[in-house]
Parts: sequence; C-alpha cells; structure tokens
Amino acid sequence: MKVKLQHVAHARSGDKGNTSNISVFAFAPELYPLLKEQLTAERFKQFYGNAITGTVTRYDVDNIHAMNFVCQGALGGGVSRSLCLDNYGKALSAAILGFEMEIPDHLKGLLQAPHLISA
Amino acid sequence: MLTVKRNDVGEKKMKDVIRIGSGAAWWGDRVEPAALNAEKGDLDYLCFETMAEATVSAAQVRSRRDQGFPGYDTYLDDRMKAVLPACMKRGTKIVTNQGWINPDAAARRVATLLKEMGYTGVKIASVNGSLITEHVLEMTDTILENGLPTATLKSNLISAEAYLGAEPIVEALKAGAQIVITGRVADPSIFMAPMMYEFGWDPLDHVRLGQGNGIGHLMECGAQVTGGYFMDPGFKDVPEPWKFGFPIAEVSRDGSAVITKVAGTGGAVNLQTVKEQLLYEVHDPANYLTPDVVVDFTTVKLEQVGPDRVRVSNIGGKPRTPTLKVSIGCTEGHIGEDMFFYAGPGALRRAQIAKKVLEERFKIVNLQAEDIRIDFLGLNAIHGAATPANAPEPYEIAVRVAARTKTKEEAAKVGREVDGMAVSGIAHTGKRVPHQERTREVIGVWSSLVPREKVPTSITYIES
Repeated sequence: MKVKLQHVAHARSGDKGNTSNISVFAFAPELYPLLKEQLTAERFKQFYGNAITGTVTRYDVDNIHAMNFVCQGALGGGVSRSLCLDNYGKALSAAILGFEMEIPDHLKGLLQAPHLISA
Repeated sequence: MLTVKRNDVGEKKMKDVIRIGSGAAWWGDRVEPAALNAEKGDLDYLCFETMAEATVSAAQVRSRRDQGFPGYDTYLDDRMKAVLPACMKRGTKIVTNQGWINPDAAARRVATLLKEMGYTGVKIASVNGSLITEHVLEMTDTILENGLPTATLKSNLISAEAYLGAEPIVEALKAGAQIVITGRVADPSIFMAPMMYEFGWDPLDHVRLGQGNGIGHLMECGAQVTGGYFMDPGFKDVPEPWKFGFPIAEVSRDGSAVITKVAGTGGAVNLQTVKEQLLYEVHDPANYLTPDVVVDFTTVKLEQVGPDRVRVSNIGGKPRTPTLKVSIGCTEGHIGEDMFFYAGPGALRRAQIAKKVLEERFKIVNLQAEDIRIDFLGLNAIHGAATPANAPEPYEIAVRVAARTKTKEEAAKVGREVDGMAVSGIAHTGKRVPHQERTREVIGVWSSLVPREKVPTSITYIES
C-alpha cells in the first residue's frame, strides 16, 4: 500500500548558515530498511525541488533508526539574508512528511496514526 | 542577612551524580520553566543559552546606536530575578552566556541584583576573549562558505567572535565562582563545563568529553528535548503542550546521563523526543565538531528507564581540532517586507493578479533589488518550491512580498508599493495600517577558523 511518510517516520529540521539538516526517524525499527531503500538523497532533493539549491547528503544513523539529510542552499542564503518568512526553515521538515512510500502489507500494523491514512 | 550555600574549593567532594538543568535555549525563551527548574529541579547547576548566530552582531549594531544598551541579554534581569532566590537557597551554580558582548557589565548587574535581594559575598566570574573583531582579519584566512579571503569582508565588518569551549568556565568554577557569565561559548560547552569541573575530566580526555558534550547538545535547546517543537496531533502527542518543563540531566561520572524534567510539567521525555534533538543542527553525526571535542552520535545508546526518563550513554568522542570556529557578522544591506490579504471565493485569482501588479510597479519605480520574493501565505510562502503542485486552493491568502536591497531607501519601496494596493489595488484587498517598521537591516554571518592558541581568554571576578 502507498502511504505518506508521516505514517512511517517523524522528522525535525535544524539550521546552520545556509544549510538545513532534516532528520527522519522511523516509527519502528522494522520500517527503517524501507526508509533507507526508498528515501534516497536523490529522491529527497527531487522532492524539495528548487527549495534546495545545493547538494543533499544523507547520513544514516542505524542504531537509532534515523537518517540525517544535510541540504546545502536550503535557507535562502542563511537565516539573516533569507526572504522566506520561515527564515530558520523550522517548518521545512514538514514537507517530507508528504513523501509517498510503498509499504508491504505485513508491516501495515506498524504505521503510525492508521486512522489518519487518506484514501 | 540571608545565608548563601557555597562549595568552597577546599571542601569540594567528588559527587557521583550531578544535576544540570536548562534555563533557556535562546534569547526569547520562556522564563517560567527556568524558575521552575531552579525551585523544583534540585539542581547543582542551572545553565542558560541565549545567543543565536547573529546575536553578537545585532548587539554591536544596537550598542553603536543606543548609548544606553549595556550589551548583554536584554532579559538578563527577568531571568536572574526569577531564578536567583531559589539558586541561592539551594546552592545551585549558574553558567550562562548572557554576557553577549559585555560579560563584565552583566556580572556587575547580577551582583547588583543579588545585593538588592540581600545576598552578599557571592562570587561572579565573567569570561572574556570570544570577541576578536579588531584582529579577525589577521587571525583568519578563508571564508568557509565561499572560499574567499576573509579580508574581502573588511569594509562591511561589524563583529567577529570565536566559539570558546568549556575550559575557561571550568577555570572559573575551580576559582570558586557561583555564577559564570560568558560571551560566545559553544552551546553544548556551557552544559559540559560543570561535568568537567565536578568529575575532574581532563580537557583532552576525548572519550569522556565526547559523552559529556553529547549530553550538552541534548540540553542546549531546552524544551526541544522535553516535548517542544515536537507535537504533531494524531502522530506524536504529548500532554499539556502549554507548560513544558525545561530538561534536567542527571549526569554520572562517566558522562552518561538520564534526561528528565520536573514532575507535573507538560510534554514528555521519550526516545522520540531525544532522538529528534540528538540530530538537531548536526551535519555528519559521526563528526560533530565542537571546540572541546569531536562528538560521534552514531554509537549512542538510548533507554527509556522510567516515565519521562531517558538514559543516554555510549556517545563517542574523538580528539578536538586545532582550530576554533569564528563567526563574522557583516552589514549586507536591507530587507523591505509587507503583506496584504484576500479571502473568499476567487481569493487565489485576486492574489495572482495582485502579484503581477506588484511586479509591474517595481519596474515603474525602478526597485533595485538583489532578490525579490512574492509568496501566497496560506499556499506556498513557507515551503516555496517544495509546495506540491496539487496543494488545495485556500479560502484565505496573504500576499507577502520581500526584497533584499543595498540601501534602506530601496527597501522602503516595498512597503510604499503595498500602500498603493489600498485604493489602487484589486477588489477585496485587505491591508494593515502601515504603522509597523517595514524595513530591517541584514547582518550576514560568515564563518572561518582560527588556531585555538590565538584566542586567549581572561576571567574577571567580582563579589556581590
């Protein structure tokens, strides 16, 4: 089945200069391999489109079932230069929650907030 | 006279566990959780982090214009008045970077506040040395962001500061300071300094410092590890998100710690809140550079050991680098910004033609801008190009326009053209009365490196 990433993982973004790091955490260890396989750095960058002007590097932190996407050129030149209302990019991590994932049926029971899965 | 508990140097006994609490994660943070930590946290140390990347530069700009600005955290009085009585009663020491560009003045102010409360003889240390504005161009070579020489920043330079580590704070604590006030110190170091002092860690013991700095990193953003910046209804719920407690670390001698909070506060300390904060503002999780140590988070072990109690251990450490990070603040022009509103059926169509009107008006008034951004708040102002093409059409939209310019006069054109939308705009245009400031100065922040031995620190002591 296809579900949005928000049922598979949670996320947080942080800022440093013109770089945003968006970290993604599997809700269950069994879901982590799916994240690693499906949410590649290339797909991540493609999903954000021109909102990320530089490179995206993915760092895997297997022991906490997390991935850290370091996105250069994601903050409009940096917090103080940015013309974006959300100049720290604190809300930037929410976008990836809409990334579409393919989940095998036997892992459906591990999805977070199944009652909120839209058809 | 009120008695003040103090640990004199000669009496110091090695504790097995120390309790370190957070009092602030940034300048604008709430004060009441700091007071609660002071009163109910049974803390050995209460630590405050109140600086952002541009704080020092902004403070420099303000001090040039405003003779009365003392140069330290504008909320210093609020914070200290809220926590000092409980800290003095308990014997809780305070470590804070609220000194900004004038730690000495902040120390004098805290001494005055203590005297007014009846606490005399309290030793306060102020740590100086982070401000290196005068010599930064000789001390540094290359701008990390673009590879150009730092000398190219000369004409626009406002201020430069090196990120100090924990060592000067440890020295002040060894000298018996009850309160240590600094300028720029790396955020985790503020929280680690008490561990180094209490447990006698060597500054080059990268194994313990890696663990301790990792705990400091978890603490530096306050409520972000106790349920703040976390709740997502239906997906990640926490109780009473209107009364978060700031975190407390119960640190053992090996640097492992239990992260917790005062009972009865809202929020939560669980594996999810701790994981999210663990990677916050981290780039390579195996190599998190700080002035004191290189932290490796990839080996961390997290265990929920009780309600709102997460044990954090096995964070790795590698030897510190020979350099300190330097932040260089420069004037880089101005931003003009304003917004106006549409609602009801067809709101998006009206917003779209209003955007076209502004674009044409900016040509007519010859707006000289380095960058212009016109967004529809409610549709795409936050995620910009990452907004899905099929995002639903909103019922209400704010048209928000911003431009970055070289001069304030050019930036002011943004607000003046939005003014024109009132009677010369599109049907059903909602607008604010333009009484708020619609231009602001841009302080750009660049980074460089400086050999650590080129940044001497000094400590001044006073008593209340």
